[in-house]
Order: sequence, then C-alpha cells, then structure tokens
Amino acid sequence: MSAINLRLGAFAAALALLAATSSGAFAQKKYDTGASDTEIKIGNIMPYSGPASAYGVIGKTEEAYFRKINAEGGINGRKINFVSYDDAYSPPKTVEQVRKLVESDEVLLVFNSLGTPPNTAIQKYLNSKKVPQLFVATGATKWNDPKEFPWTMGWQPNYQSESQIYAKYILKNYPNAKIGILYQNDDYGKDYLKGFKDGLGAKAASMIVLEESYEVSQPTIDSHIVKLKSSGADVFFNITTPKFAAQAIKKNMEIGWKPVHFLNNVSASIGSVMKPAGFENGQDIISSQYFKDPTDAQWKNDAAMKAWNEFLDKYYPEANRADASVMYAYIVAQGLVHVLKACGDDLTRANVMKQAASIKDLELSGLLPGVKVNTSATDFAPLSQLQLIRFKGENWERFGEILSGDVGG
Amino acid sequence: MELFTNQVLAGIATGAIYACMALAVVMIYQAIDHLNFAQGEMAMFSTFISWQLMQWGVPYWWSFLLTLAISFAGGILIERLLFKPLAKAPVLTNVAGFIALFAIVNSVAGLTWDFTIKQYPTPFGSAPFLGSQLISTHQAGMIGVTLLMLVGLYLFFQFTRIGLAMRAAAALPESARLVGVNTSWMIALGWGMASAIGAVAGILIAPVVFLEPNMMGGVLVYGFAAAVLGGLSSPLGAVIGGFLVGVFENLAGTYIPGVGNELKLPIALALIITVLVFKPAGLFGRAIVKRV
Amino acid sequence: MSVAAEDTVTEAPAVEAVPKRAMTLGTGTSLVILAALLVTPVFVKNFVVFQMTMVMIYGIAVLALNILTGGSGQFSLGQSAFYALGAYTSAVLMENFNVNYALTLPIAGLVSFGAGYLFGKPALRLSGIYLALATFALAVAMPQLLKLHFLEHWTGGVQGLTVMKPDAPFGLPIGQDKWLYYFTLAISVAIYVGSVNLLRSRSGRAFMSIRDNEIAASAMGVDVAQYKTLAFGVSAGITGIAGGLSAIVVAFVAPDSYTINLAIALFLGMVVGGVGWLPGSFVGAAFIIFVPNIAESISKGLSGAVFGVLLFIVIFLVPHGARQVAIVAQQMLGKFKN
Repeated sequence: MSAINLRLGAFAAALALLAATSSGAFAQKKYDTGASDTEIKIGNIMPYSGPASAYGVIGKTEEAYFRKINAEGGINGRKINFVSYDDAYSPPKTVEQVRKLVESDEVLLVFNSLGTPPNTAIQKYLNSKKVPQLFVATGATKWNDPKEFPWTMGWQPNYQSESQIYAKYILKNYPNAKIGILYQNDDYGKDYLKGFKDGLGAKAASMIVLEESYEVSQPTIDSHIVKLKSSGADVFFNITTPKFAAQAIKKNMEIGWKPVHFLNNVSASIGSVMKPAGFENGQDIISSQYFKDPTDAQWKNDAAMKAWNEFLDKYYPEANRADASVMYAYIVAQGLVHVLKACGDDLTRANVMKQAASIKDLELSGLLPGVKVNTSATDFAPLSQLQLIRFKGENWERFGEILSGDVGG
Repeated sequence: MELFTNQVLAGIATGAIYACMALAVVMIYQAIDHLNFAQGEMAMFSTFISWQLMQWGVPYWWSFLLTLAISFAGGILIERLLFKPLAKAPVLTNVAGFIALFAIVNSVAGLTWDFTIKQYPTPFGSAPFLGSQLISTHQAGMIGVTLLMLVGLYLFFQFTRIGLAMRAAAALPESARLVGVNTSWMIALGWGMASAIGAVAGILIAPVVFLEPNMMGGVLVYGFAAAVLGGLSSPLGAVIGGFLVGVFENLAGTYIPGVGNELKLPIALALIITVLVFKPAGLFGRAIVKRV
Repeated sequence: MSVAAEDTVTEAPAVEAVPKRAMTLGTGTSLVILAALLVTPVFVKNFVVFQMTMVMIYGIAVLALNILTGGSGQFSLGQSAFYALGAYTSAVLMENFNVNYALTLPIAGLVSFGAGYLFGKPALRLSGIYLALATFALAVAMPQLLKLHFLEHWTGGVQGLTVMKPDAPFGLPIGQDKWLYYFTLAISVAIYVGSVNLLRSRSGRAFMSIRDNEIAASAMGVDVAQYKTLAFGVSAGITGIAGGLSAIVVAFVAPDSYTINLAIALFLGMVVGGVGWLPGSFVGAAFIIFVPNIAESISKGLSGAVFGVLLFIVIFLVPHGARQVAIVAQQMLGKFKN
C-alpha cells in the first residue's frame, strides 16, 4: 500500500519536473494528435488534377503562405506542417485522402478542402472522429450548421445570401423586371438559384421568365444565350464560372442583347473574366465582392495589395496574379493563422473549434474595407458581408453599403 | 419561328466547331485506324504555342504558319517516340497510351500557362455576318476554313500518291507493304497531318470558347460524335455530321419539353447511336464486309 | 472516298486469344493469396484496410470489364454508368427505403444486369470503334441523368446522398472498416470464383469463340446475338454490385463520383492487369488507386503528367500487362525447378 503511494508520488513529481523543464513555465500545454511543441500538422485536400484542377492554385498559395509564416518564426514558436493531397474532385478519392490525413499523417485538423461534393463526402467522417473540418472552400449554404455538424465550418459568403442580395436589389430597383437566368447544373448553380428565388419570394414565379442550365462539359453556351434573348427577359442573372461568364458577356454583345446583367461573385474578376470578354462588352455589369480584385487598378497602391505582391514575389513567384483564387487562398490562410495563434498553447481539436467560433470583427489583409470576419457558437459562417459593384471603364465601382445576408444551413 | 431559325443558325455556328474537330478525328482514323483520345489536348497545346508566339510579338499569320509546322513535326515526333514502339502491342494498350498522352499534355499545359482563360484573336473580326447577329464573321470564317480543309483533304486522299498510299497503309497494311508503301512512315505522316489539322481547329475554336487547358475536353466528345455520325472514313461526312450535331442539339434543348435542356447532350448522343444501329458505318461511311 | 465503295477486310480480332486455362491462377497460388488477404487487416492501419477494400471493389469492376472484353471481345468505355447505377440503387434503397445494405447488393446487380442487357441489344449491331463510342456516350450521359430534377427526391440531385456506414453484425468485436473489408473480400471471392466458372462453362466457351472469330462462331452454331447481349448483361450486373459496394464503403454517392474519368480508370485497370487475365483485374485496380498517389507525391503541379509517364513506362515494359509478368515469372520458376 505505502509502496504504491510512494511510486505514485514519485511519478507525479517526475511529471511536474518534465512539465517544468520542457516549457520553462507552468503554463498549461495541451495537445491533440497533430500538434506538439515544435509543429502543427494541417491537412488539406485539393483537386490538383482532374476537371477542377484550376483550383489547385489555392492549395499551392496556402502552402506558400505557411512557408512564409514558418520563415517568420511560426505560430507561437511552432512550425506549420501543411500536408496537401490531390483528390481529382472525385468524392471516393476525397474519402481515401482524408482518412490518410487523419489516420496515417495524423493531422490536427483538415483545412480549406475544396468543393461541395468532396466536402459532403467527408463531413460525417470528420465529425464522428471529432476532427475540425475548418473553413471549407465552397460557398454552399449547408456548412453553417453547428448543431448537426459542430466540427465543420464554412468560410466565404455563401451563394444563397449573395443571390438574395441581388434579388432584393432587383425588387427595389426593377420591380417589373422579366428575369432570365443561366446557371451551371450542379450544386453551386442550384444553390445560387434557390437563394435567388427565395429572395424574390412570391414574385419569383411571375418575374422569372426563363431558367436555362448548362453542363460544364459543353464547349459553348451560345444557344442558351440565344434562347434567353428571345424569351424577352430584360434582367439577366448569370450564374456561371469564369470561362462561361466571359462567353456569355461576349455573346450578349454579339447578338445585341442588352439586359441589366447580374454576374455572380464567382466570376467577378477583371483579369480572368472581364478582360478576356472585352471591357467594352462588360460595361455596367453588376456583381458583388468581399475581397479586393487584384487585377483592379484602383487597388494598385493599396497596402494590402503591396503586401500580397511582396509575399508572392518571395514565396510563390510563378503565381498568376490575375487569378482571384490566389487572393482567396491568401486571405483564408490568414484566417487559419489567426485561429491557431488564438489557440495559444492549447492546441486541442476542441479548442481549435472554440477559437474558430469566437472571432470578433477580424480584418484580414485583402478583404474589402468594412468586411469583417465574425463567428459565434451559433454562427459558423465566418464571412457573410458583400458589397455591390458595377463595372465602369476598366474597374469595379463599389456602391451602396456593406450588405450582409446570413442564410443558415 | 424566329426562335427556330435562330437556334438553327446558332447550331450551325456551334456545329462549325465540331466539324473542325471531326476533320482532325477522321484524319487520324484514316492514318492509324483508331481514334486518338489525346487529339483534343494536342490541338489545345498547339493553340497555346501559337498564343505564346503572339505574346512574344510574332504577327498572327506567322505564328499561325509556325504553329502548323511545329504541330506537324510534333505529331511525327510523338508517333516515332511513343507509339512506334507500341506498334506490335495490342490495340487496347495503344488506347491506354492515348490516355497517358492526354494526361501528360493537359497537365503540362496547366502548369505552363495555368488555368485562367485567355483571349485569343481572330483574323476575321467578330462583327455580325451578312447582317445576321447570330453568326459572326469569325464563325463564317471558321466555316469557310473548314470547307477549305475539307476540299484539301479530299484532293489529297483522292489524287496524290502519298494520300493514296496512306489510305492503303491504314486499310490493308500488308498489301500496301507488298506494293512498296512504307507503312510505318505513312502512320507518322498521318500523325503529323492530324496534329496540324487539330492545330487549325484549335486556333479557330479558341476565339469562341476562350483558350485554357480544358477547352477541348467537351469539344472532342462532340468531334468524335460528329465524325462517327458522318462516317469515320469520310471527311465530308464528318463535316456534315458536325453541323447536324450542332443543330440537333440546339433543337432538342429548345423544343423537347421537360428534360430537353437538361439532357441536350445525352439526347444528341442517343440519336447518333440510333443512326448507327441502322447505318453502322455512319451516314457517309463505307460499309465493311467481313470475311473469315 | 466514294460513298458506294465497299471495303473487304480480314479484321484481326481486337483482343488476342487467351486460352481459358491461362485466364486464371493455379489453385495453390490462389489459396496463398487468399490467406494473405485474410490476415493482412490485423497488421495494418484502418485507412490501409479501407484502401484495400477499395482495391477489391475496383477489382470487381475491372473483372467485369474483363469478362466483356477479354471474354467476349466487346469493348466498353461505359462501365462507369453501370457502376453508378449500382451505387445509386444501393444508396437509394438504404436511405429512402431502409433496406439492409447486404440485401441491396443483389438488387443493384439485377438492376444493372437489366440495364446492361437492354443496352447490349442495340449495341449488338455496333463493333469496335462504334461500340466504344456508344458506351462512351453512356458514360458521359450518366452523371447528367443522375442530376435530373424529377429524380431529385430520391437521388438528392446534384448534392448526392449520404449513406449510413454499417457496423459489424452480431456484435462482432471488429470495427466498421475491418468488417466491410471482410464483407467485400467474401463477395470478391464469390464473384471471382463465379466468373472463372462462367468462363469455363459452355457460355464462357461461346463468349470466347465470339471473341476469337465471330463469323466462325456463328457458323458453328453459337447464337452470337444472344451471347453478346448476355456478356453485356453479366458484365454490367457485376459492375453494379461493385458500385453498390462502393456506395456502402464510401458512404456517399454523387454524380461527380461517376464521371467518364471512372470509366477510363477502369479501362486502364484492365489494360495494366492484362486483358483477359482475371487475376490481373485486381493488380490493375491497385494501379489505378495507388499510382495517382505516387504521381502526386512526386509532383503536385504535374501529377497528371507524372501519372501519364508512369503509365507509358508500364505499357512499354509490359504491353500485355500484369499477365505478361505472371507468365515470365512462371517460366523462370519452371527453369529454376529444372
């Protein structure tokens, strides 16, 4: 009996000694798998190959940003070890890769994995393993659901709240509009469409004269534009990805269709949409933004833009600066760094979620002035503010207030 | 009625894209007796080469000619390096080779020129053609060039020694060898020509769909469909097939209620298969008699 | 180039003849491999168990293609469509009708068999490149069919369906992954043995006679049309079972999971494994799962190119796939014994 007590006592003393010597202080250090005194292991899944490989640049930019953080001393002295795998945008492969991350690489959390179908495929698994699925790279509305999925958190303003903003704008300014819609036939297009109809409310049925969908595999969308023109629509809601958005803008001009043109934020890029489509064809197009378009000349001397350029020069010189994804990744990577810093020495998965869910008015380099990150235990939608913009000359002109539209999941 | 005319015209304009690609498909089929799955990617790569040349300040027509020469040489090189060693391997192994080539070309283009879309100039301008806003001068020019290539190919295969030798080499390799045709080089030549025609197709298509590494993915599916519909052995059939697919797809999308818009492509493909069931060699293809 | 001209050709068979004995492994080798498969899960991490389960599932799908191409000489690029059909059948039955997961598999197989048989009818008139296009069209169309708005109530439309992953039955003390591994292994073995027996049976001989020479087979009294559609149906049915299994193991189905890329992957699996050599199907399946991982570990930006280069290396070295390796190994063993 006494012998056992003695042993336990010695053990406790040894533990105390260990804690004291390893940290030099008595601060509580708590770690889950994937974190240690020297390292934080972050997992990520991107479509580096396959049909969505255009987005692979997000993973590459994040990797570069964490190299910068590490070169500047890391997070509270710990280096970020960023493990990023390719899923080719195929959900079964995403499941395989996330299991590799969690069970073999033993990451602390999975960060900014891309795409709605891939993220849906791994959501249940990560939640049952209690591994944070932090800041997913999709604008679907369903990620803001802390009750059902307390380990999953979105990031960007979701598609539904964005299209509700357009709907409200149309109701106010063009109450008698005849609306034609072109949308991509997948989760992203349908989400926008739903938000838009919800926003129009009871008037949706009478205002929308034509809904056209296209498949990503189509070479052109010309025939849809022809059909939309002959439907007599005078307001056009363009829910397309950059290539098709540019085609639509150009085709509208070619066939002489000049509706009031609303373009989704996905394609609101000067460098990768408006310029290829031709500036003269894109005048007066209305869209919305939450971060600065790096190809917009109005930000040329902006401090955030300079910092961004310096970062790219040093850590990712081959990056294409006309690609909005590079800016997107730069901002979301800052978001993760903020959360990890806030965790202090308590790098447990629970604390990561707790810190991620208590962000107050955080401003990140690259966001539009006035757009802030906010979360709470019941609000898992970090960014939910947008500002309307209109294309004038060769720039986006912001107008109106910073709008927020939180649609729950 | 106006909608009908408009959709037919828009279909012809889009069909020109498919017809262009289908010609390249027929060319390679004449030379090697297979479809090359990497053909669209090779065309995309050629288009990027011409774009890059223009970025470096080479004038349009010079870069056009240079690209044709580079593509021709590149096609021959690919055949000599990658597919000649597989000449004795089973057909399906060759198909796997095409898939590997597809992956390589697509990935290299993505890394070199990345995935944001690029504007590609057209020599024809994009004003309305003959007062119709539905067909631009570029699209009219594209139809013109396609028809020119068609005539050229017809003359080549029908009247030149090399053209005839190439057909013989693809259809009856052993007999061709007996009469002194160098069948191995005929295949390489076919690759070169198919690659050059693909380059022309890419250069014509890029101003409409914008240049990016995945631009030919969808086009190739339609190009195959058009070529098969028209008959793989007939360049004329391929071009007509291209226009038919373009027009039919638009009409299906416009007039079939309920699912037409969502299922444009499947409906067009189903129609092609139906045609094939009744005319197994395509609309203009030669019937093949088999014997033991 | 004239329209009326007729070509007369002696077409070389697209798939070379594989004698039926050479289509399988010896009993001894098979048993050793089976024993290894039975014990491996004890020693490896759960995620490796999951990967091995996926290899078996793709292996079944490649095997199904092998029966069609290696067995009856018909070429298909549309296997992903039947795989999707099986996966959705299982997922919809489990989620909307609360059917036990194991029971959904035979239904998935039957539904896909029916679809394959029906598709095989018109496809009968097509051969070679034309059949390839027809099946290719099917694969391209499938994701769009799954997205159709009036099926959305059952299929979840573009969002797909999440499926409950089953636990081990009878309170067996093993985790979900290991249970599904053994479950899949049992089905794989059953399908493998069944396929071997099928190809050795009267029907199998009929398949192969069609593959080697259709006209001769028909002259000898083989009902070519019947057997060709049957081969299509059987192949589709087995693919459907593989699809159903994948829905259970991955616990999620979505149109994006079953694109033409899947059909191409299955095709590559068959070529790498060796056309007409059934055990090679599983080697090919391992190739399509692991080689992309190797490729991305070599280069992220160029993973597609690295994959292509690796594929070229494999087909240059062994144009007949893993079968060639097995034959060479056998010969060397034989020499060794002497």
